[in-house]
Amino acid sequence: MTAAALGPAADTPSPARRRAWMRSEEARGLAMISPTFLYALAVLFLPVLIVIAYSFWTQNYLDIDRTFTLENYRQALTEPIYRDLFVRSLWISLTVSVVTVAFSYPVAWFISFHGGIHKNLWLFLITVPCWTSYLLRVMSWKVILGYGGVMNTGLISIGIIDKPLTSLLYNSNAVVITLVHSWAAFAILPIYVSLQKIDRTLIEAARDLGDSRLKAFFRVTLPLSLPGVISAFLIVMIPTVGDYVTPRLVGGKDGVMIATAIQAQFGKAANWPLGAALSVTTMVLVSLAAAAVVLALKFTVRRIR
Amino acid sequence: MSLLTKRLRLFPVLPAYVAVYFLFLYLPILLLPVFSFNNAATTTFPLAGFTTKWYASLAGNTVMLEAAWNSLVVGISVSLLSTVLGICAARAITRYRFRGQKAAAGLIMAPLFLPEIIVAVSLLMIVLALGVELSLFTVILGQTVFCIPYAMSVLVSGFEGFDRSLEEASYDLGETALGTFRRVTLPVVAPAIVSSLLVTFTISLDEFILAFFLSGTEPTLPVYIWGQLRFAAKLPGVLALGTIMIVVSIVLLTFAETLRRRAERRTQMAHALP
Repeated sequence: MTAAALGPAADTPSPARRRAWMRSEEARGLAMISPTFLYALAVLFLPVLIVIAYSFWTQNYLDIDRTFTLENYRQALTEPIYRDLFVRSLWISLTVSVVTVAFSYPVAWFISFHGGIHKNLWLFLITVPCWTSYLLRVMSWKVILGYGGVMNTGLISIGIIDKPLTSLLYNSNAVVITLVHSWAAFAILPIYVSLQKIDRTLIEAARDLGDSRLKAFFRVTLPLSLPGVISAFLIVMIPTVGDYVTPRLVGGKDGVMIATAIQAQFGKAANWPLGAALSVTTMVLVSLAAAAVVLALKFTVRRIR
Repeated sequence: MSLLTKRLRLFPVLPAYVAVYFLFLYLPILLLPVFSFNNAATTTFPLAGFTTKWYASLAGNTVMLEAAWNSLVVGISVSLLSTVLGICAARAITRYRFRGQKAAAGLIMAPLFLPEIIVAVSLLMIVLALGVELSLFTVILGQTVFCIPYAMSVLVSGFEGFDRSLEEASYDLGETALGTFRRVTLPVVAPAIVSSLLVTFTISLDEFILAFFLSGTEPTLPVYIWGQLRFAAKLPGVLALGTIMIVVSIVLLTFAETLRRRAERRTQMAHALP
């Protein structure tokens, strides 16, 4: 049904041609993908559209006033509390993605070039921690970085410090460390895939023509793995900006991020339109920031070449 | 420069770096079990002695057991639903070429690139606007859309390279489309399907944000844990529960990975048949 409505047969009236089209590869493909597509449409796309609609409405005590207004966006972008939260959330997720990609690249490179026959095992071992309970991993960082935590008691017993450091937990650094840990595998996998695709003879050619190892890396390997770096970057940055658990558990007062404010608007404050505007603004801002970084990355790599 | 590189080569910088990276990855996972067997209510070194009392305290905890049951119900439903939907999409992408393929796949994979809280908030709004009560059902709806991309990536790698001529031979010999799928395609891709079921079950078991927003009065295990984290005295019990969950996750993942590899081998073998 849907497949037919989407396809070109919708405007071909002849029943014979329609029957022929229904047997075509295109029709079969559309029919095959439509259950999943419709599910994503209903449970993802439509709800996001509703959020966007709500962001232009107003909460009127218990009712929703459906007259179009930009008031929520004005509030989201100008009120100092939200502005600060946006800036901090973007800054944290940018830092997290840069650090995660930078620290993961050598590991992906190592597996791809020196992984031998056990490449899949290496990759599996990297993904295992990422699949285990997210809440508990964050909790565990609280245990590591806390006042009486593993890090402090460890450093004291070695004799590096005399009394526990209070600067480890409940700030944005703790949030960054925890998020870098959570997203490591998501950065390694796409970089690894793009490194695997590189034709090794190109690197050999660069070496034969007199490039040093390092130069060959910057002129051949790095530019060719750029698509992987970019998708790693996006796959880390876009979801982390709205992280709720990590800032709540290890962020303290200085590590609060925008998700806490969004949750408050849908919970206690019960101002859905403002919450919706905060959500939409988060998506738009992080997309713009991500696009800027991707362009900068492409530009820099072209310059190196 | 050359002297420096020679010296660097004597010390294996990269392997050492990879080792440190692995330590960083596994440290938090290894600490939980350590403290869950520690005979003290605080998580500090030195350890106070070995105990299993935190595990014993879980057995009589009916609220926790109920949450575990909820997680099981949600996990099984989500893994079945997202794998079935994943199969449709993965088949469509690996087997057919059609217009709008990229766009459709893009929408299906979108949850990977969306802040999860926004998926949760938007679903919450539409569910409440429609007057549907929050329940495990709404959690299942949300987690499924979130799990489909993961199911897809497992299934696409299992379906890719599957030789179409095997199916065509089956059609030529008079088998129906359904019969071909059941008797030719399914046996080859079965490991990928089981692997997808296990992976999505694991994700559902650990998923928090969607469950937190959409579960209403029926908490899943992560939502239960979130409630306990406010009380310092409950921490050791949470660590014991967390250790069990991590062990379950790792066992399921190891199964999933073994099957995924078998699936890859099988499609390659089917490909190599004369």
